Amino acid sequence: MIEVTNLNKSFGDAHILKGVSAVFEKGKVNMVIGQSGSGKTVFLKCMLGLHTPEIGDISFDGRVYSQLNIDQKRLLRTEIGMLFQGGALFDSLTVEENIMFPLKMFANQNKKEMLHRVNFVLERVNLPGLNKKFPAQLSGGMQKRVAIARAIVMNPKYLFCDEPNSGLDPQTATVIDNLIQEITAEYNIVTVVNSHDMNSVMEIGEKIVFLKDGEKAWEGSNKDIFITDNEVVVNFVYSSNLFKKVRESYFKESK
Amino acid sequence: MNYLEHIGKYFMMLREVFKRPQKWKIFRETLFREIEDLGLKSLGIIMFISFFIGGVVAIQTALNVDSPFIPKYLIGFATKRTMILEFGPTFTSIILAGKVGSYIASSMGTMRVTEQIDALEVMGINSLSYLVLPKLIATLLFYPFLVLIAMLLGIIGGWVAGNLTGLFYTVDYINGIQLDFNPYYIKYALIKTVIFAFVIATIPAYHGYYVKGGSLEVGRASTQAVVWTSVVIILLNYFLTQMLLG
Repeated sequence: MIEVTNLNKSFGDAHILKGVSAVFEKGKVNMVIGQSGSGKTVFLKCMLGLHTPEIGDISFDGRVYSQLNIDQKRLLRTEIGMLFQGGALFDSLTVEENIMFPLKMFANQNKKEMLHRVNFVLERVNLPGLNKKFPAQLSGGMQKRVAIARAIVMNPKYLFCDEPNSGLDPQTATVIDNLIQEITAEYNIVTVVNSHDMNSVMEIGEKIVFLKDGEKAWEGSNKDIFITDNEVVVNFVYSSNLFKKVRESYFKESK
Repeated sequence: MNYLEHIGKYFMMLREVFKRPQKWKIFRETLFREIEDLGLKSLGIIMFISFFIGGVVAIQTALNVDSPFIPKYLIGFATKRTMILEFGPTFTSIILAGKVGSYIASSMGTMRVTEQIDALEVMGINSLSYLVLPKLIATLLFYPFLVLIAMLLGIIGGWVAGNLTGLFYTVDYINGIQLDFNPYYIKYALIKTVIFAFVIATIPAYHGYYVKGGSLEVGRASTQAVVWTSVVIILLNYFLTQMLLG
């Protein structure tokens, strides 16, 4: 479980996060949603330790990040898998080397064991046999799947995904969503997904935290989001006609 | 950000760079890759430029000392001194600042804007030590060899130019090379090279690592890296020459 308490972060005069608190549970896909500029990425980067909040704490299964020493922080980070918006694969390394990289750095395994693990996770993301390709030779969707493979290769306890569907076609986006959901259940990990893709939110958002102007404006599940009367959430989620119709039909069916 | 802030941030970066690598095996692999990228791949351009500069220095000297009162062996002497004292360490470093400096700044800047550096940090890896230390060690180890090759080829270039133009005889040129040979000058050149190698690896790394924005900013960082590396090399050259030869 990840527990965020009263998180505050500013850059100069801009107060980006204003006392955000949230709990992200194990075995669930937790989503952080909100408009562009609402503070989602800063929130995620604070949880990852890439930004230091001025006030507030982040606790990973009882381990408060700000109270850990450097070695403990490094150890905690080996338990974190991260899927960046653009994949963030290392250009100069092949798919195999990219996925093997965390293993080489932190796992005490021989080459054969590492290769076995790499092939296993590549199978898991449905990309077997791509070992020797370079990231530039892959499509956007494939790069995302390789990035997922790299994120899960160390058996992480916590998986963070920043806009996993950005730049992908709807079909590939669904593949990525399903993969994230399956991996979360299979490995029983805490998954936090940063997104403003409403399809993903409706499909896999088991817990949703809605940020507006750096504050938590709402939280609930993808079922709650259909029935909420929170005006800010409704205006954001149902801004498109398609989703308005989906919501109306949901109400009609439930009556 | 003012200059003092940049200087402070640069030294804080160096403090992180000199932290112990997390895995020596990975460090060794990266080091050999950097020696190839930053050193071996610069060999061709350095050999080409130094050979022809040596030739030009010899021809220029021969044409400018065309007097019966000035002995011909001075052409070889002047070429040797120019190549060892200045062209070898300083101008080779300026050339490398352009070639290698822009490569380091742009590759690290691209890694920054495509979140590859963030990915390293999230994994729990000291990104500065992982990315910059192998580059630094590679330049410190390899550039003295590069400079020695540049000196040698420059002197050979001068001799070839003399033979092709008929401006001076081989025997005079070799006499000039042997005249007043001071081994300290080689040491002086290598001391300067090691210091310039440090600058060539770290200043572009600073500009690349802290870049913010997109591809335009990476391009700007690359240009700034080359400019500032060259400026620092020229300034250090002045002070080092005073200190070591004055």
